[in-house]
Amino acid sequence: MKSILNIFQIWYREMGNIFRDKGIMIFILFVPLAYPLLYSYVYTNEVVRDVPVAVVDENNSSLSREILRKMDASPDMKIEAYCSNMDEAQELVKRRDVYGILRIPESFTRDLTDGKQTSIGLYCDMSSMLYYKALLVTATNVSLEVNKDIKVNNYVTATTDRQEEVNKMPIDYDYVSLYNPQSGFAAFLIPPVLMLIIQQTLLLGIGMSMGNSRERHNGSVIPFHPWYKNPVHIVIGKALPYFMLYIVLAIYMFTIVTDMFTLPKLGHYETFVAFIVPYLLACIFLAMVLSAFIYRREDSILLLVFLSVPMLFLSGLSWPSAAMPEFWKYVSYLFPSTFGMNGYVRIASMGASLADIRTEYMALWIQAGVYFLLACWFYRRQILALKLFKSI
Amino acid sequence: MTVVQRIKSISWRELQGYSRRPLFLFCMVVAPVLCAVFFVSLMDKGLPTALPAGIVDEDNTNISRTIVRTIDAMEEADFTASYPSFSAAKEAMRRGEIFSFFYIPKGTTAEALASRQPKISFYTNEAYFVPGSLLMKDFRTASELSGLALTRETLYAKGATEEKAMAIIQPITIETHPINNPTLDYAVYLNNILVPGILILLIMLSTSYTIGMEWKFGTQRQLYAMAGNSSTIALVGKLLPQTVLFTFMFLFYDVYFYKFMGYPCNVSMWHMVLLGFITVLASQAFGVFFFGVFLGQMRTAMCLCSLWGILSFSVAGFTYPVTAMTPFLQHLAWLFPLRHYYLIYVNQALDGYSIAYVWSSVVALLCFLLLPVMVMPRYRTAFLKYKYQE
Repeated sequence: MKSILNIFQIWYREMGNIFRDKGIMIFILFVPLAYPLLYSYVYTNEVVRDVPVAVVDENNSSLSREILRKMDASPDMKIEAYCSNMDEAQELVKRRDVYGILRIPESFTRDLTDGKQTSIGLYCDMSSMLYYKALLVTATNVSLEVNKDIKVNNYVTATTDRQEEVNKMPIDYDYVSLYNPQSGFAAFLIPPVLMLIIQQTLLLGIGMSMGNSRERHNGSVIPFHPWYKNPVHIVIGKALPYFMLYIVLAIYMFTIVTDMFTLPKLGHYETFVAFIVPYLLACIFLAMVLSAFIYRREDSILLLVFLSVPMLFLSGLSWPSAAMPEFWKYVSYLFPSTFGMNGYVRIASMGASLADIRTEYMALWIQAGVYFLLACWFYRRQILALKLFKSI
Repeated sequence: MTVVQRIKSISWRELQGYSRRPLFLFCMVVAPVLCAVFFVSLMDKGLPTALPAGIVDEDNTNISRTIVRTIDAMEEADFTASYPSFSAAKEAMRRGEIFSFFYIPKGTTAEALASRQPKISFYTNEAYFVPGSLLMKDFRTASELSGLALTRETLYAKGATEEKAMAIIQPITIETHPINNPTLDYAVYLNNILVPGILILLIMLSTSYTIGMEWKFGTQRQLYAMAGNSSTIALVGKLLPQTVLFTFMFLFYDVYFYKFMGYPCNVSMWHMVLLGFITVLASQAFGVFFFGVFLGQMRTAMCLCSLWGILSFSVAGFTYPVTAMTPFLQHLAWLFPLRHYYLIYVNQALDGYSIAYVWSSVVALLCFLLLPVMVMPRYRTAFLKYKYQE
């Protein structure tokens, strides 16, 4: 009973510290509330449409014009200009008026009549992979479609429509992009970023609060006060306000943000809540351990903000972990965000159950446990140091 | 004292300050170097290969096995497992073991031989964007070829040569020429912007941090006096050591990327070093500007620098193009140094075009250098009147 009361007192004091501090409030309330909205707004169009290209049609036949018409009609490509030669088209690329060039060679129809394979040249600006992807997919689609027609018309004539269709493609195929049907950028990026925001703002907020108490109590992280005698009480008491606030924020992200921007949401609410508990605990305790290195309140901003970018890449979501060097994989296991982002994406976008993400779930509990013990150890040392200091 | 002497003595004072705190060493040297090493080694492979994929071959005939072999030969996919049923494969995907799988239903061969056009399918997990897209590309080609495998066999049987057969099956091919990045190297594509982006963020933050420290420790009057009551001299002296340090960082990046790693650089490397130097100045200008706007409220200035720095990764447009954003954001993107750095880098190092094509970005970067002028009068007030505010 006494310990509960003690924890409650520490909790109350920490609450007061947080809510009185505008700087901490910005990071633990404003950023988690506003950033997801901002990011979703930036990527609101989801996909790249109508990428402008220049055309150099040296063949200028009815077939080449038909191919170009089909490309122009596709959603991802737009013919911006017809050029008489490559130099003219390259000039447009340099001016960034177009992001690619389609070149149909002069021998195009002649090759086809001669029964030779011919090719359409696609030159892509490589400043952004998404331009390249849009142009390549469109060009490939149109060429495949036209190929089938040529094949049936020239070589394997058919008597019925159905026969013709079978001749075009003896075995048909189907492509299903699961969990992100339109290959949208927001649907891919926002879910993991939500989890990253949780971790990073917790690190920042708790780090700032630690810098604060060090500044206030002559370099000590805890006040010299009878309440602050038991490291376990301190850690639990200090963790509680953040945990309570972030449970609400996490639910806000999972429900309101996800709905507002129609991000993928296949997961169950209960699964999410069960998953977020160890994630928040792991983040909070890690933040307490890391803040051992923070001596002034502003230090945390300088030290932690830029880490968000490497952390995103460590998670294996943008850069596949299958292609990641072993060493960085082990480093990534140190941060809750790695498991948090992967687990969340599987829950929210892929409808995974806790059993499906067992590895991530267990890893988060282990992290929470280890970082809790480290945080307790850190506070114990601080209490001892303070005692020694006062006794002198 | 002359202006130069004043600046010298302020810079010296500044350097002494750095030497007392390992935090500065970390943020100005260790972190930028570590980030470069991290990203370069992370994307060592350039283009991810051997991504785990699965197969569900319910048909299990000679032809279906041919299809499997065709797909397996693709560079990016690596068939790590075969699953007995569709649901087992989907389960594995949800556990994150595979990024995609190929499904050949029972009776595919029989139906194909009876000209009933059976359907095979492939599934990719687009919640993981890069592997999803890469596998999609491979699988499409493979499906196309396997779908036509039967036709090809027939043509061979009729005595057609491979060349002839391919001309019938695939009369038109697309010949891609990714300009200046023929291997689609992701390291070239991302590292060239991510690493400078992080540096820009660190520059803005340490600018407002170091300026703020004066107010925090109440030494701003002392600094002002040393500068002979000129805020300009005070700031120049204070920030000069960082300008030099961070420019060296850019020099390090350029040597590391273009000389050591062999990333494409179609202009003299010194163009990029010069670009780096101007970017350092522009970022410092932003730091000075934000601090000046919020008069001595160091924390708010640092928050804004963080916002600007982090947001620039999105609005620079190297992952998701700016042209696909809303018109408002397209205009807003002009206000981010990283956006211009990216445009100039593409024009210079990647493509080696004439700088005239990106003149507007050069002008924009130079305009950023004028930002501090707008807040100089406020600095004067701050030096004389304001105290550190939490």
